[in-house]
Amino acid sequence: MLTKRASLKLATAFAALMIAGTAQAAEKLRLLTWADYVPKDVVEQFTKETGIEVEITLSNNEEMISKLRATQGAGFDLAQPSQDRISGPQAEFGIYKPLDLSKLKSDLFIASMLEATKKNTTVDGKVYGVPHIWGTDGLVVNTKAAPKVADYNDLCDQALAGKTSFRAKRPALIAFAFANGMDPFAAYGDAKAYTAMMEKVGAKLAECKKSVKFFWDGKDQLLNALRSGEVVAAMAWDTGGWKLNSESADIKFIAPKSGALGWVDTFAIPAKGRNDDAAYKWINFNMRPEIAAKVAASAGNFTASNGADKLMQGKLKDQFAESFPKAAIDNIKWYPAVPAGLEEIEGKILDRLKAGS
Amino acid sequence: MDLRSWDQSDAPFTEQRIVLRGKPGSLFRTMRWPGDASFWRTSMAHSTDLDLVNVTKRFGSHAAVNDVSFSVAPGEFFSILGPSGCGKTTLMRMIAGFEHPTYGDIRIRGRSMIGVPANKRPVNMVFQSLALFPMMSVGENVAYGLTCRGVSRAEAEGRANRMLERVGLKGFGDRRVTALSGGQRQRVAIARCLVLEPTLVLLDEPLGALDLKLREHMKIELKQLQATFNTTFAYITHDQSEALVMSDRIAVMNQGQFEQVGSPRELYHNPVTPFVASFVGETNKWHGEAAFTSNGSVAVRLPSGTVIQGQGKMADKATLAFVRPEAIALAQDSSALSGLPNKFEGRVSAVLFDGANSSLLIDTAGFDQPVRAVLPQAGPLAGLTVGAPIHVGWTADAMKVFAA
Amino acid sequence: MSKKPAQSLTLFLLLAPAILWLGLLIVLPHVEILVLSFSERVAPRVYAFGFGNYLEFFTEPLYWRTFARTATMSIIVTALTLVLAFPIALYIARVARGRLKAMLLLLCLLPFWVSELVRTLGWMMLLRETGVISYVLQAIGVTDQRIEFLYNDGAVILGLVYGGLLFMIVPLANALESLEPSVVEAGFDLGGSRWTVLRRIVIPHAMPGIVAGSIIVFMLTVGNFATPVLLGGKNGLWFTEQIYAQFITRFNWPQGAAFGMLLLVLSSAIVWAGLRLTGQSLGTTLKQA
Repeated sequence: MLTKRASLKLATAFAALMIAGTAQAAEKLRLLTWADYVPKDVVEQFTKETGIEVEITLSNNEEMISKLRATQGAGFDLAQPSQDRISGPQAEFGIYKPLDLSKLKSDLFIASMLEATKKNTTVDGKVYGVPHIWGTDGLVVNTKAAPKVADYNDLCDQALAGKTSFRAKRPALIAFAFANGMDPFAAYGDAKAYTAMMEKVGAKLAECKKSVKFFWDGKDQLLNALRSGEVVAAMAWDTGGWKLNSESADIKFIAPKSGALGWVDTFAIPAKGRNDDAAYKWINFNMRPEIAAKVAASAGNFTASNGADKLMQGKLKDQFAESFPKAAIDNIKWYPAVPAGLEEIEGKILDRLKAGS
Repeated sequence: MDLRSWDQSDAPFTEQRIVLRGKPGSLFRTMRWPGDASFWRTSMAHSTDLDLVNVTKRFGSHAAVNDVSFSVAPGEFFSILGPSGCGKTTLMRMIAGFEHPTYGDIRIRGRSMIGVPANKRPVNMVFQSLALFPMMSVGENVAYGLTCRGVSRAEAEGRANRMLERVGLKGFGDRRVTALSGGQRQRVAIARCLVLEPTLVLLDEPLGALDLKLREHMKIELKQLQATFNTTFAYITHDQSEALVMSDRIAVMNQGQFEQVGSPRELYHNPVTPFVASFVGETNKWHGEAAFTSNGSVAVRLPSGTVIQGQGKMADKATLAFVRPEAIALAQDSSALSGLPNKFEGRVSAVLFDGANSSLLIDTAGFDQPVRAVLPQAGPLAGLTVGAPIHVGWTADAMKVFAA
Repeated sequence: MSKKPAQSLTLFLLLAPAILWLGLLIVLPHVEILVLSFSERVAPRVYAFGFGNYLEFFTEPLYWRTFARTATMSIIVTALTLVLAFPIALYIARVARGRLKAMLLLLCLLPFWVSELVRTLGWMMLLRETGVISYVLQAIGVTDQRIEFLYNDGAVILGLVYGGLLFMIVPLANALESLEPSVVEAGFDLGGSRWTVLRRIVIPHAMPGIVAGSIIVFMLTVGNFATPVLLGGKNGLWFTEQIYAQFITRFNWPQGAAFGMLLLVLSSAIVWAGLRLTGQSLGTTLKQA
């Protein structure tokens, strides 16, 4: 394709011009990450220690992949996708480069989590991700207004019509599959079986929609609605639940009967990252227990840093203990790697859900 | 015409005004027999089509129109002549219904128009810009008013085409108005009004945008149209020549008031105010002091000390003297002017050649401005050139004197 | 008249930056999108030429229904905007003078000093169940329960009409401004009622402005993203959301590209049909707008 090549050349030339202008400036790390993962004081400390400036772009899983895909892995030096969203896009688009594990201090990580993440993010024998922050998806419930909610299916309760919410994204499909006695992770490898399963889940959700006030999109939108009482039960991240719990004791994060969904956000280096050294420095810096504790407090989640939990404040620990009795922890469903093409199947179900009346 | 509705709306008919400035015979026509219904059908109910009674229009403290009264007889071509800003446009807009008088009454065929909106008045207006509807064809422009009245589309079209034929635009019905010449547009604008058979057509300087040649032509054409349709025209203009040529009567308006109303001849020959004297027609105008008055004749002493004789009522104060250029007699030797009370010697300072309108400017001893006279078209004086000595003179009757 | 070669070269050089600019910013991306829309995924990182992405639109009811819904609502929004903007434009163009006129135009412009997102969030604050309108209605005793005005088609239409108003008012006011006052007066003088004058004189005169405004508002509305996403309910999917979903959450660029091309072609077709229906030509519209 001539036009494509020509335009690429042009774009490259343009980019080169831009770089020439800034190359003399201080060394820089361009970080593609989630909100609350980079508290200001942590960045300042990093810059002080290494002289490297950090340029932050906030995003989510889908946008991270799309952004990197658009540039074929350029524009950022470090990204933080969830561990289940690395191998699929890597196989499809080749947007990351393999990690040089020798540059990482592996004893800073919780060993079991590091091993699991490495395994999940391996493509063609090469490792593409290491764990950073982890947490769960479950139910945030106003226990006074909706005392009976204990599982995802309860969001469809007619008694709560117009007062529940979930995101019209893939976690909702997975969650409702588990809640209705299916095991979507087992069907990941079989596109046909998975399609059939998702269609069943889609039908269930379509019915459930009558009870839904809106499909939430931004975290603040949901939290505001829960605060004001417009929404009394929702499928959401644990961190949001605990945040609201600190403000109002009635609102709690509940690990659903059919299991909370466990996710791990990672560090991965984009294929055309220009400052790998800085990236490794940032990873090692972030996994130090005292830094990791700060980040975890900011995000309201837990960290894969070995020993950081001892430094964490009591409140979050208590909240975790209340939400996750021993059995609930064992019941957490950890996302396995998403094979390429799965989003296609899920996407159509979600589109129908949003469009249908 | 629905008679009952006329009976109700025709209340003023018991207090019929006597028309002061109507045509001869109008008084006779004011006689009426209200009990005889057939009278309404066969004859005009009123001797006047339009009456303005003490009409005043104020914008803030400024009186654009100040206590104006006049009447227009049926079939009359009535002009209001005045400089721009004199209030004539405001007056016309009040008659049309776009402005509302602060005081006074406007009556059309005796029926008060106060509170009657523009689209309900039996008056139609030809606008200065003509205001043809550019989004419609010529035929649609003419048929517009008819369809507004509920005339069926087919009939309106037929009547519009007949009207176009009468104004000499046969077969133009389907053209765009933008594809017409200035004169043709003019005729469409008038046809658009006449097709509605209004009591009164108002014309707001409709010739202003035309070039000179066409304007001269349209003056005659307008007059002929008016005569053919026998519709009452009220015409406003700042161009005295338009007013003089076309009108039966002219009102000269200045600063919101009428200075004089009369036939073109009356205005020209017997102006009653200095404004009329100077605004209507060309004239010589001199400032001076009344030196001697007796029996309607006045002697005026100019600043140079020269005394000239004229006619007027004014005495003792600063005065203005007017003499028409055509009233100035010219002669190569003074003996030819003997018997004229005013005779002076001068020298031609300029020849303003303009065909039949050619004039001379003559530097005359005792006058601070050159005397203007008509250049003779024939005879020994026709060949006058600049610098030639000449004698000028005029009668006392030809010089009108007013208080300044 | 034949131009000298030197002249045409000068002309070309003068136009070159503009052509380059237009080419790079408008033509090139569209060409890329067009090429992309004809590629089908065969295996990871392997694509082949095909019409599958376009077929998908017509065979999957979900997609063309979403488009039909988007187009219908956009037409409703355009019509409502026109009806609302007409009296405002009429007032600005014919009644208001001097400072008042400038102030009114500024007032129309003011909301556009903040981003569309902020404006939409403003509407959310007003319309939500615990929002201002619901609160006021409760306070004055119209209702004793909270009322949700958000997350339905009405809210979307409201937001879109609000966003489109300026783009309708400006061309309308422009068109109406050029209407000679005496033409309107002549309309009354010859016996026309207000309605007749409006229908036969003012509206035909404003037609180029109406058409220009409607095209702009329709295209902006069809292509809007934030307003329907934020104000829309759980049942309303805007076609742009489909495109976004294909590109961002589905990583299916070719499908998204095909949807993008279809949006361009189909909405242009609707505009064309609208022009034909009202007997207007695009040329005169652009000239007078």
